[in-house]
Amino acid sequence: MTMSEKPLLEIRDLHIEGHYQDAWHPLIKGIDLTLQRGEVLGLIGESGAGKSTLGLASMGYVRDGCRITGGSVRFDGQELVGAKPEALRTLRGLRIAYVAQSAAASFNPAHRLIDQHVETAVRNGGIDRVRAEAEAVELYRVLRLPNPEQIGQRYPHQVSGGQLQRVMTAMAMACHPDLIIFDEPTTALDVTTQIEVLAAIRDAVKTYGSAALYISHDLAVVAQMADRIMVLRHGKLVEEADTRSMLDAPQQDYTKSLWAVRSFRTEPKPCPQQATPLLEVRKASASYGHQPVLQEVSLKLHRGQTLAVIGESGSGKSSTARLITGLLPPTAGQVLYDGEALPADYRQRSKEQLRRVQMIYQIPDTALNPRQRIVDIIGRPLSFYLGLKGQALRQRVAELLEMIELDPALYMERQPRELSGGQKQRICIARALAAEPQLIICDEVTSALDQLVAEGVLKLLNRIQQQLGVAYLFITHDVATVRAIADEVLVMQRGQVVDHGSREAIFTPPHRDYTGLLFSSEPEMDPDWLDRLLAKRALTSTVQTV
Amino acid sequence: MSLIKPLLRAPLSAQFGLLVIVLYILVALFAPVLAPFGETEVVGEGFAPWGGQFLLGTDNLGRDMFSRLVYGARNTLGIAFLTTLLAFAVGGFCGLVAAIRGGWIDQGLSRLVDILMAIPQLIFALLILSVVGTNATSLVLVIALLDATRVFRLSRAVAMTVVVQDFVEAARLRGEGLWWLVSREVLPNAAAPLIAEFGLRFCFVFLFISALSFLGLGIQPPTADWGSMVRDNAVLITFGDISPLLPALAVALITVSVNFVVDWVLHKSSGLKEC
Amino acid sequence: MNSLCKLLLQRLALGLLSLFAVSVIIFLAVGMLPGDVAQAMLGQAATPETVAAFRAQLGLDLPPLTRFGHWAWQLLHGDLGLSLANQRPIAELIGARLGNTFTLALLAALVSVPAALLLGMLAALYRNSWFDRLLNTSALSAVSFPEFFVAYILILVFAVKLNWLPSISNLAPGASFAEVLERSLLPVLTLSLVVIAQMMRMTRAALINLLASPYIEMARLKGISQARIIFHHALPNALAPIINVVALNLAYLVVGVVVVEVVFVYPGLGQLLVDSVAKRDIPVVQACSLIFAATYILLNTTADVLSIASNPRLMHPKG
Repeated sequence: MTMSEKPLLEIRDLHIEGHYQDAWHPLIKGIDLTLQRGEVLGLIGESGAGKSTLGLASMGYVRDGCRITGGSVRFDGQELVGAKPEALRTLRGLRIAYVAQSAAASFNPAHRLIDQHVETAVRNGGIDRVRAEAEAVELYRVLRLPNPEQIGQRYPHQVSGGQLQRVMTAMAMACHPDLIIFDEPTTALDVTTQIEVLAAIRDAVKTYGSAALYISHDLAVVAQMADRIMVLRHGKLVEEADTRSMLDAPQQDYTKSLWAVRSFRTEPKPCPQQATPLLEVRKASASYGHQPVLQEVSLKLHRGQTLAVIGESGSGKSSTARLITGLLPPTAGQVLYDGEALPADYRQRSKEQLRRVQMIYQIPDTALNPRQRIVDIIGRPLSFYLGLKGQALRQRVAELLEMIELDPALYMERQPRELSGGQKQRICIARALAAEPQLIICDEVTSALDQLVAEGVLKLLNRIQQQLGVAYLFITHDVATVRAIADEVLVMQRGQVVDHGSREAIFTPPHRDYTGLLFSSEPEMDPDWLDRLLAKRALTSTVQTV
Repeated sequence: MSLIKPLLRAPLSAQFGLLVIVLYILVALFAPVLAPFGETEVVGEGFAPWGGQFLLGTDNLGRDMFSRLVYGARNTLGIAFLTTLLAFAVGGFCGLVAAIRGGWIDQGLSRLVDILMAIPQLIFALLILSVVGTNATSLVLVIALLDATRVFRLSRAVAMTVVVQDFVEAARLRGEGLWWLVSREVLPNAAAPLIAEFGLRFCFVFLFISALSFLGLGIQPPTADWGSMVRDNAVLITFGDISPLLPALAVALITVSVNFVVDWVLHKSSGLKEC
Repeated sequence: MNSLCKLLLQRLALGLLSLFAVSVIIFLAVGMLPGDVAQAMLGQAATPETVAAFRAQLGLDLPPLTRFGHWAWQLLHGDLGLSLANQRPIAELIGARLGNTFTLALLAALVSVPAALLLGMLAALYRNSWFDRLLNTSALSAVSFPEFFVAYILILVFAVKLNWLPSISNLAPGASFAEVLERSLLPVLTLSLVVIAQMMRMTRAALINLLASPYIEMARLKGISQARIIFHHALPNALAPIINVVALNLAYLVVGVVVVEVVFVYPGLGQLLVDSVAKRDIPVVQACSLIFAATYILLNTTADVLSIASNPRLMHPKG
């Protein structure tokens, strides 16, 4: 590929605004982008960086409530900004295709997959239906979907999430487009499912020679897919380079800090084996209706320690938290606190029993009452459990705010909506600490946060543990988080504990089957990681089939 | 200040609606001052024409039409407001409790409401009124009870969206009682849709009472009431006289106004979440 | 298909159950409410003996369960009892009127359902245009008008000023179809106006809600035309909400008939009901209420069944 060749996609000084809170706010602030034929460009950034808006704009599309205020988007020499809807329609689906984050929501529930697959080809591409369907089956085969002849006859709700995401990729390829926009195509999937989809997408892009924009917040994922990476922040370009040099030698401070996130580690703490554990779950089983969600789960957590519970969706990790808090009474087994059995239902627990176990949630936006001030939110456990009032209460709230590194003078009277996501999560931590608990259950507390903010929260939790000696039950799906903060680790799958041990023991090979699969599926910051992994797995599966 | 700003930015229809509502309230409050004659006072011949001593003529019994219109604002609005308030107190509270408590309380109340709502409201009201008789008290109680079923459904649904949020779970796990959950956690977050619904239910109740009065089964004479005023003077219409339409217009104007305002409030509260 | 059948049967059973519950309420309402009906009907002058005799005639002296059993038994045999006011069989009173009322509702439905759905779709398609705004504001106004207001305005314009149509709709027995149509036109128009406004608003809301879903955005990004997006992608998914909207409004139509019949002096069930309430002719009120309630339940159950049947998740179960 020579530089003189006309680029496939050329975006110049693009400005896009969005309408919210009765005013227009800039979302994209003058971005340039050039994409050659057959090239894969990764777009990286945290939430609010404008990645998706930019991705959609390269199809000449803006969402309702947004508008392009300046600049140009040229696709194969044709200007898309201000182009007639008819002109855009003949490009979309045929020459530029889109793969959305959630395939489950992006397929029409009322029609068969094959009908949706061939729709553009037949109606806009002038391809006859029989041929279009035959090509679809071929694509399903390339993307390694099970049962390629029949899967198209199914309705979206009859197909699993990972397969649906591959069907959507196949649909994007239906008309052999010059450009495909992948908008976080694996973000909603579990890591073990993600691998198959990543491999399928990469194969397909290579086979058909399409150019692609690959949008993701996950640097390690983008590193596998892209030839070149652009880092975006607040609607502006931070840095742009080819993948390897971007990984090896990032230039900007922001990029460097993004790269450094994964290096945080807590000091391991020795585990007192003999003492009575602070929390113990003994062979607990539970079910929602007739659907069993937990089977004979046992765990122990000692004072001042962090126990990480890791698993994918449906593994029962959150149900374990609900079991301990008394929201999900077990059908068998029991929960012991400091050697004493806790009543199964939280409504039967005493105020003191409730006070000792506190909880922090995944999504801080819904965990804080939007109609209360910060001082009321943090103050309530103080007055409810400890009987603090008036000046003493305000004094204690101020101390807690200082502990979570927020200025009391500034934040005491504010409402949650005036805070950022990370600040809200800190308020949740302060509210939990206000009860002076010995155990805090952290349910995916960093999953909804951007990486940098998440790291800040982890560091804060670690510092608090060192100061106060509080124990954490840390529930997460993220291997990197476990590696960063756990003393002990519990691996769960389909409602059962499949592996447990100290952090060192768990992370040192050889791993048990599922633990190994889980850990190896976690993308690494190495462009060759996926290749190596696939080669290794192909080898083992050949060995197994033989 | 913070109240005036959104008002100035409101669409014309909402501003018009607010103006009319304020006007009606003033008329209702100062009815005795504004009306030239008494509410039930017979002051002249029946069906006197407009102008002269009687601004809008007289009704079938020779009572001043304008004075009765003014008093009608007080009676009809007052009864409708009282009824809606009662329906909200009963239905709203039960709905919130059902959503928060769940279990058999929710099941029991919901099934009861399902059955009550299987009978059309007007028919149910007529059925009960035929037995207990038509007087103002039973009218208010019957309509409030029937309307409470609708309020129950909505407030339960709204409260459900709040109850599933983690801050309510956090309050439960803290050990908070029912009163705290209702008054501090759920109600403040359910207030906006409930207030809008109050406007809509008020319109409905208002139209409902007017319809009953029009049928001769609502507010009973000689109390001035817009629905029965239309009924009493309806014959005039066949002679091309629009006087009997004035009370009907009065009903239409206030319901349109409330609807305009509610529409704006709903649009505003949903619009903030966009983008 | 098994789970679908199960769901449908469940709905039907639920419909029957509510019909039973409703008939219990309609019957027991009389016995349980305060106020002695016999006393009220005979007036204060009646001697205790006459009241007692009257109570015996009504069967009010029997235990409620026996009375309900008797009433239900007769009901199942098509015997609705006797009117208190004139001692005529209720079935006879209701007979012709029932047909009139359903004709009125049916005509109004035939006018309003297609009109409302079309307007609703157009408003959703051209959302936020001046057409949409005009339609919305007029619909909002129409919803807020009392029916008798709309009715009298129509009378004033079409009957009094223009003299095109009769102002009252008293049907003579054996009237020709053309006559019936002419006389029903104004009542039908009144009912339709109110119902169209309501139904159009709800259709628009249901469609707009749907147009915001990711699969519609996906269809746009696939280069599908706007018309095909509305009719092929949005409409099949909007069926369930639209069916519910239609059912809700048809149910309303059957009830809204009451006021309109009184305005136009239309000889239907609604007028009979209102007259009987004024006369406290309880058996007639009960019979009319039961008919209205049964229609209402029938419509709602039909809507439930249809919207379940239009759900692809239930039509094509997993596995």
